[in-house]
This record gives sequence, C-alpha cells and structure tokens, in this order.
Amino acid sequence: MSEWTTAGLWLAVVASGIYHGINPGMGWPLAVSAGLLDRRAGELFRALGLLAIGHFVAMIGILLPFGAMLTLIVWERQIRIAAGLIVIAAGIYLLINRRHPRVLARIPPAQLALWSFAAATAHGAGLMLVPIYLGLCQAGDLDVGHQAATTLMAGNLITATTVSVVHTAAMIVSGGVIAIAVYRWLGPKFISQSWFNLDTVWALSLILVGGIGIASIGFAR
Amino acid sequence: MTVRPDPTFHATAKLAMQAPVENFAYTLMLSPDFSQPDGLAIVDVNPKSKDYGKVVHSVIMPNKGDEFHHFGWNACSSALSPLSGHPFLERRFLIIPGIRSSRIYVIDTKGGPTKAKIHKVIEPEEVFAKTGYSRPHTIHCGPEGIYVSTLGGGGPDGTDGPPGIFVMDCQTFDVIGRYEIDRGPQDKQYDFWWNLPRDYMVSSEWALPPQFEQGIVPEDLLSNKYGHRVHFWNLRERRNVQTIDLGANHQMALEVRPAHDPVKEYGFLGVVVDTTNLEGSIWTWWREGGKFHCEKTATIPPEAAAKDDLPPLLQGFEAVPPLVTDIDLSLDDRFLYVSCWGTGEMRQYDVTDPMKPKLAGSVHIGGITRKTKHPGGGDYRGGPQMVEISRDGKRVYWTNSLYSTWDDQFYRDGIPAAMVKANVGENGGITLDKDFYVEFPEGYRSHQIRLEGGDCSTDSFCYPSV
Repeated sequence: MSEWTTAGLWLAVVASGIYHGINPGMGWPLAVSAGLLDRRAGELFRALGLLAIGHFVAMIGILLPFGAMLTLIVWERQIRIAAGLIVIAAGIYLLINRRHPRVLARIPPAQLALWSFAAATAHGAGLMLVPIYLGLCQAGDLDVGHQAATTLMAGNLITATTVSVVHTAAMIVSGGVIAIAVYRWLGPKFISQSWFNLDTVWALSLILVGGIGIASIGFAR
Repeated sequence: MTVRPDPTFHATAKLAMQAPVENFAYTLMLSPDFSQPDGLAIVDVNPKSKDYGKVVHSVIMPNKGDEFHHFGWNACSSALSPLSGHPFLERRFLIIPGIRSSRIYVIDTKGGPTKAKIHKVIEPEEVFAKTGYSRPHTIHCGPEGIYVSTLGGGGPDGTDGPPGIFVMDCQTFDVIGRYEIDRGPQDKQYDFWWNLPRDYMVSSEWALPPQFEQGIVPEDLLSNKYGHRVHFWNLRERRNVQTIDLGANHQMALEVRPAHDPVKEYGFLGVVVDTTNLEGSIWTWWREGGKFHCEKTATIPPEAAAKDDLPPLLQGFEAVPPLVTDIDLSLDDRFLYVSCWGTGEMRQYDVTDPMKPKLAGSVHIGGITRKTKHPGGGDYRGGPQMVEISRDGKRVYWTNSLYSTWDDQFYRDGIPAAMVKANVGENGGITLDKDFYVEFPEGYRSHQIRLEGGDCSTDSFCYPSV
C-alpha cells in the first residue's frame, strides 16, 4: 500500500468531516439558535462543543467494534466485505425510507450531545467512515500476519480514535464556521436559504463508500 | 419531500413579516342547524382583484353536523427547527376537525387556494379508538407532527376521562396517539401553544362537552364551574409541570398567545368573563427562575343596558359583558387584538411592555345592544369573534360567530356569516375597510380564518428575531 493511498484515506477522513459539518442535519443551526437565544457567542461555542462530543461518540462507537474484529486475521477479508455491505445496506435503507424523522424531535433542546449522537447514528454518519477506517488499518499494517493480536488491536484502536478525532474536528470546524458566519453576519435567513435536502446524496454517498470499500479489497490483494 | 424548505417557512417571525402578503384567506363555514354540510370558503383578499372580498371557491364536505370551529396546517415554520434537522415538508394540507362529530378532514391546497379539495377524511371512530379523546379542536404543527387539542374525553357525552391533546403524522395523517404522559391536575382543555426552543407548552380550559354542546349552562357559569386554570408543560417530556388557578370567578380561559420571538418567555391569555363583575380580562404569563407566573394585566368593563334590549340570559344583570372570546398577537409581538364579542368591539392593545397593555385602537361593529353597522352598509350581526392578523401586521380580519348553540343565546336574531377587515395605522389605531365585507352562502355561519402562507396563530418560530 503506497503512501499516496494512506494520504488519500486521511484526506477522505477530513473530507467526510467537512461534508458532515456543513450538513445542517448534523447540527450547526442548533449552535446558531443557542447563540441567538442567549445573545452570547459563548453559548454558540458551548453548543458546538456538545455537538462535537456527540458526533465523536457516534463515530468511535461504530469504528471500535470493527477495529476489534479486524484482529481476527483469518476473517479479515470477510469482515471487510461484510462492512462494505452493511454500509451499502444502510444507504439503500435511507434511500427507501423517506419518513420525517420524528424521534429526533423528541430529544430536549438542552441535551445537545445526545441529540448530536442520535442524529449522526440515525443518518449512518459513522458507517460512512467504516470503509475508510478499514482501509487505513490495512495501510498501516503491511505485515499483519506477523504481529501479535494484542499489538494489532492496540494499533487499530489508536487508528479508530485518531480517525474519529480528525473527522470530528473537521466536522465541527466546518459546521462552526457556518454557524459563526450566520450568527454574526449572514443572519437567520441563511438557514432556510442554504438548506438543501441531502437525503438522496447522503444515501448515495453511503452506497458509494461501501462499494469502494469492497472494491479496494480486490486491489489490495 | 421537497428539495428546499417550503418558501413559506421562516426561521424568525421578523422574516415572516417581510414575506409577500396574502392574496387569499381560508374561512370555515358551519351550518348551525346541521341542515347543510359544513365547508371551507376561499376568500379573495387582494384589493387589486376584481373579486376582492368575495368567496371565489369553496370546498363543501360530504357529511352534515360536523360543526367546524378551528383548523390549521400540516406543517409550518416550526419545520425549520434545528432539532428536527429535516425541514422538507410542504405547507399544503389544512387539517379541519369537526368539534361535534369528531371527524377530521384533510384538505389539499396544492395548486393554490382556489384548487383546494378533500384529500382524506379521518372518521371519528379512528380518533376515539386511538386516543380515547373526542371533539378535536385546535391544530398546531410542531416537533412530532400535528398536535390536536380535544374538548372531550371518551363516551357519548365526552366525560369518560379528561380531554387532552393527540398527535397525528404530518405526512400520512395517521392518528398516532395521546400526547400526555403526566397530565397532573388538568381535566379540561381548550387552546395550547408553546415556545419550541425553550421546550415548554401552555394549555387552557374552556369546559366539558355537557357544559357547551347544548348551549351555555347559566347555573354552571354562575357557580364558576367552567375552566379557570392554565397549565404549563415540559413540551418534550410531555409532563404538566405547573398549574395556575386564575381564581374561580375568571370563567373560561381560552386563547393562549405566546410571544412569537422565542427569546421572550411570556405570552397572553384571554378570559371570557369574570362572574363577580362581568369584566373580560387579559392575562400575561411569563417564566422566571424556572417558574411560571400569571397576572391579570388588562380588564374590559361591561356596558349597562336596558333589560328589554337583552337576551333572557343577561336580563338579570342589566348589562352586556364584553365577552373576550378571542385574542391574537401580531408577529412583532407589539399589538394584541382582543375580540369583545358581547359589546361588539375589536380592541388593539400595545403590548410592547407585556405587563402593561395600553389601548391603542378600537372599532365597534355589531354587539348585543349597540348593533353597529359596517361602514360599507353591511348589517353585521354578532360581534367581532375569530380574529386573524396578516403576517406584516397591517391587516386584521375577523368573523362574527362564536359557537352554534351559544350564538342563539346571546344573539336571538341569529348571526349570518360575515367577515370584515380593518387596516392598521403605522403606530397603531385600526379602521374598518368599508370595501371589504364578505358574504357567504345562505344559512352558514363563519368561524376561524387562515391566511395563505401562514398567519399570526399558525406558525411557531425556532430562532430569535434579530
């Protein structure tokens, strides 16, 4: 696996973070609302912090189990294929199920971290990272067969944490920049003006990422 | 599902005020003797149109005896809530409940108001079976879909269990079930509204069905048995967190009007009559230090009248009570309009300071004894009742009927349907538009008005006006 591939995968981690961050469905309008309601920019930053925590937990909650499973070296290929299929299935599900998400609306506005976690999980945001993450695990461990499972596990867990941190940082910075711009200069009108229905694009993104994940297994061999 | 949010959804009340003005109004028509089916009239309110002030389309229902009262949209500006994260609904369907039949009609307005048609009918049995409530009344679109308040519980007379609120799906219109998890002492229901980002709801009390369906019950009124409490709820936990008793003499706490700007944690409430002195009153409620408070902030006195000019119900008092039956707040939270259905007056209060409403304007029309005619010559009967304000706050529309059986007790000559309009001065003051007097088909009465694209009692805003 070349350094270019590794760099590309990290770029994908950052790009998916920006993609999630600018999507209003992941919460930047909540930060605007918090700032405007209390008439203090401090509340906006506090909200961004809580949104980041929720998003991070949603990411790492998905990546860690996959990282742990990857230590079962003999099943690695099957795990990668299964992961790709799960991501594709999630995309197809979101493509078909177009109901208004009523459950998210039941979370009280005071529980922003929980909301962020639920929103990311409901949209399969963590799943979008899985094939990228599995690619990174592979790129980092060229001689996996010679390593002890514990070493491998530790490596995968560190990678999972790093991927989640980098992704969440990109997400909250991009979303935060929009939130601050709306709060300070653009005004609330921007909220409805900029809001596009990304349902289809989002679902297709999952299918695409899952597909690339499966396809890359063939290339790696 | 749309690609962009509906253009009539606005993040703030201020943005809604800047939106294009309404060209049509939707007005409910009811047959007081149930001899005709009820209907929805579409009224042209564009002064430049040749049909200005005329009914240009109507949707007549397939059943009789529904008794239309209030109605609302399937979706509104609340869809822009950041918590829903998915504002791709359309303001397209009007949800019209029959308070006598418990039947609910869903009217599709796709293609414009003049193309309105019936989309779906929810039969009473579905409402009874899924909620245990009856007599659906107020409609609000909110976080979990469409919220419907009811006036009755189960059983034939609606007294088997308390009335409450139920939730409907905003796309399929399936009745989902009861809203309340813990209703506390709440046992009557009328209006409700909320502050979405602050996560609280306020509800009021009118009466139980036996106290209104066959007419007002004077003994119950004089013994203060109508509703006189206001309930505050944790909106998303669906719990009654506080109940305030206004005092038993403050009979019938009806419309709840929170400030539209969610930064402001206050609102208003209209009380029909004080049984000790026949006054009508305006109350201001607010939240401070986590607790709700409610105080009487304006009163409207009764007017003396000769016994012979009064209906039997009022003869003993030799006075006409103002009867505050509806109130409505402009989107800038500046003017509160107060219908005095008994004395025949529409009042405009400046509520810039919500604790000190100041009378800023007034017009007289109709009234039990005044019987003021419309300046255009119309023989307006009844008094100002259901009132609706344009989004920009420059026009105020109202109708004249209160409730089929009650109309006849206060206005013995009947109340043929009418709808009028007043123009609002730059700094307050209201004057009737003499060219706007809507006449409806024979035999109907008129009730709530909705304006094309949303109005001052349909939309809940999730962001502060800045």
